[in-house]
Amino acid sequence: IFVTSEKHLGQYYTVPSSHVRAVFPQGLRARYPQQIKTFNEACVMVRQPALEVISCLKKADYSKPALRFIFYGWEGSGKTLSLCHSVHYCYTQGWVVLHVPNAFRWVKSCRDLLPSSYNKSRFDQPFHATEWLRNFKIINESILSKIKIKQRYMWTKREFTEEGSLLGELVDQGISRVKSSSDVVGAVMKELRLQSGQPEAGFRLAVAVDGVNALWGKTNIKKENKSPVDPEELTLVYNLRKLMKNDWSGGAVITTLSQTRFFYISKSSYLPQELLGEKGFDSMDPFIPVSVPNYSEKEFESCYLYYMDRNWLQHPQSRTEEGKKELIFLSNRNPAAFEKLCTFL
Amino acid sequence: MAASCVRTVGSFIGKCGHCSLGINTITSQVSRQVLNRQICVSSALHGKNIASMGPEKFTAEFIQKQVEEYNIGKRHLANMMGEDPENFTQEDIDRSIAYLFPSSLFVKEARPVMKHPDIIFPKQKAAQWGEDGRPFHFLFYTGKQAYYSLMHDLYGKILKLEKYQDRLKVKGLFSSEGKKASLGLSRWLTKEELEQLLVQPTSQQDYNHFIQLIERLLSMPYSGTEEEFILRYRYQLEAESRKQTVQPLQKDEKGVAFSSAEGRRKTSNSSVILRDCGSGRVTVNGQDYLHYFPFLQHREQLMFPLQFVDMLGRFDLQCTVSGGGPSSQAGALRLAISRALLSFLSEGDMENMRQAGLLTPDPRVRERKKPGQEGARRKFTWKRR
Repeated sequence: IFVTSEKHLGQYYTVPSSHVRAVFPQGLRARYPQQIKTFNEACVMVRQPALEVISCLKKADYSKPALRFIFYGWEGSGKTLSLCHSVHYCYTQGWVVLHVPNAFRWVKSCRDLLPSSYNKSRFDQPFHATEWLRNFKIINESILSKIKIKQRYMWTKREFTEEGSLLGELVDQGISRVKSSSDVVGAVMKELRLQSGQPEAGFRLAVAVDGVNALWGKTNIKKENKSPVDPEELTLVYNLRKLMKNDWSGGAVITTLSQTRFFYISKSSYLPQELLGEKGFDSMDPFIPVSVPNYSEKEFESCYLYYMDRNWLQHPQSRTEEGKKELIFLSNRNPAAFEKLCTFL
Repeated sequence: MAASCVRTVGSFIGKCGHCSLGINTITSQVSRQVLNRQICVSSALHGKNIASMGPEKFTAEFIQKQVEEYNIGKRHLANMMGEDPENFTQEDIDRSIAYLFPSSLFVKEARPVMKHPDIIFPKQKAAQWGEDGRPFHFLFYTGKQAYYSLMHDLYGKILKLEKYQDRLKVKGLFSSEGKKASLGLSRWLTKEELEQLLVQPTSQQDYNHFIQLIERLLSMPYSGTEEEFILRYRYQLEAESRKQTVQPLQKDEKGVAFSSAEGRRKTSNSSVILRDCGSGRVTVNGQDYLHYFPFLQHREQLMFPLQFVDMLGRFDLQCTVSGGGPSSQAGALRLAISRALLSFLSEGDMENMRQAGLLTPDPRVRERKKPGQEGARRKFTWKRR
């Protein structure tokens, strides 16, 4: 159990290796896991936005509808890592974590698109669904065995899941039966949403979505007749949108906006209104926006010292004062730019 | 070769000056000139092989005539420009020619020029011997008469100086701190320049010998008396940094010192306002420069002038740039930043910047495509048949 407070602002804390797999699932941007491998440890800097969210979570009243946070900021300013920081906090508090590492992956062109068995107008994505279910299982292993399902689900004429069976069984069903995995995902989400509000549930739900503006944007997927698919017509997206609404209680929704240039989003737009679009904004309203700025001077110092400590800055000039000023100028204190700079120093 | 086929501008203006405006008179005068001056006719008409003729030989009278024409042409040009014919200097001539015959050729030597014939026509050896076969110069039979006469003069001067020193020692007024020749910013003439001066090929050994002797003359006390002689063999170097105009510092309303400058590269124009705030923020066209220049190379270009003078975190830059692509915009901004920095720097720093090449505008522009070729340099694919 760890406690981060404002005293630790700007300092690094290590995520224990047992939690690493849970907090940084597969599908995160490739650079940070690479850094974990290089440095043999996962270090996260304590920054103001994550601390704000954590303090809100500590004081929140969970009988009221779920709180919704959106991290927004320039590209590479540390939104995803702040999300992971808050997720780690929830994980250590014993919450059930529903982490979608990159919602854009669901909405980009995928290999297999099946018409949904449940609803004829929608489309399934079995590959993404099974991947997500596997991750979900690894993250929430300890809690899955405690939650029971309240409804009976029928997958095919012969397969069904009884009322009262464990959530873990449901997840296993989804992993093994690939065809119906998207529906399993929908079922899992529905169960968790309904149960987290009840006082006898004994757990809280944290929904973490990275790249929430994918849910209301455009997709790259095309039907057989070459017409584009709306995000609503994808089962995964449809179910996730239901979670985004704050009609359930006993948890929190933490999201980030993503600026992947995939869908003609210009680099200069980073505010929630521009990236979410009208529909998204209406459905997410009201939410608590949290801005993630570039490094402040103190934070930059600590990052610089961390890299020096790990012997990451090889060039002799980068250790001098002038070298440091050059680094500040070239990266403009943007975390991602600074990290890219240091890779070849 | 050029002198035979191309009429220098001086002679042309001379013709124009003679007649008031009649075009017919000009042509008749021109044709008369062609008949008078045989040397100016191109050798193709003579049917001679140009390559075997060797370098052009101009007679002394020819050069004298050119000098007279030049002077007359100078007066006519002064009249045309409405200025005083008596005090018309070479700089004024250059200015007027550039005004009357504007040319956008890149090579400056190809533009129309009007200079004294001594500068235009290469120096020739005058006649070495008279009608009776006796050579004029007493050192003619050494083979290198100009060089040896120069060394002879030098040595004569050294002996004279030593005699002067002896006389002063006798009187008791000798001091080893005697008046030494002051040279200013100059260097010795190179071997090629010496050859040109002497109109005679000089070997490397001779040149070294000459430099040794003249340095010895320079190092002797009281060489100040021979200063004029020595300066003839030195080439003046102008400090080019004096040509740079420095913008004065301006003060903002809040008392923050700022300066602005402009820069150009290829097709981009940029202007920069440099404020002495204390933060290192940079805005380009209203955007953060991290977003405007995603490439590291362009940001490094922006950083170079500030890093060179170690003033990285001190200034606030507000830039506007238009035209061209990202690299040329970065280059234009770099020039503008270095120019704006000048007003915050000292003289020595400015000289350093000039030598680092931060203040020179990059003259490279896109070369035009020529007909008969696919691009500026690329030719069409050559097919044998």
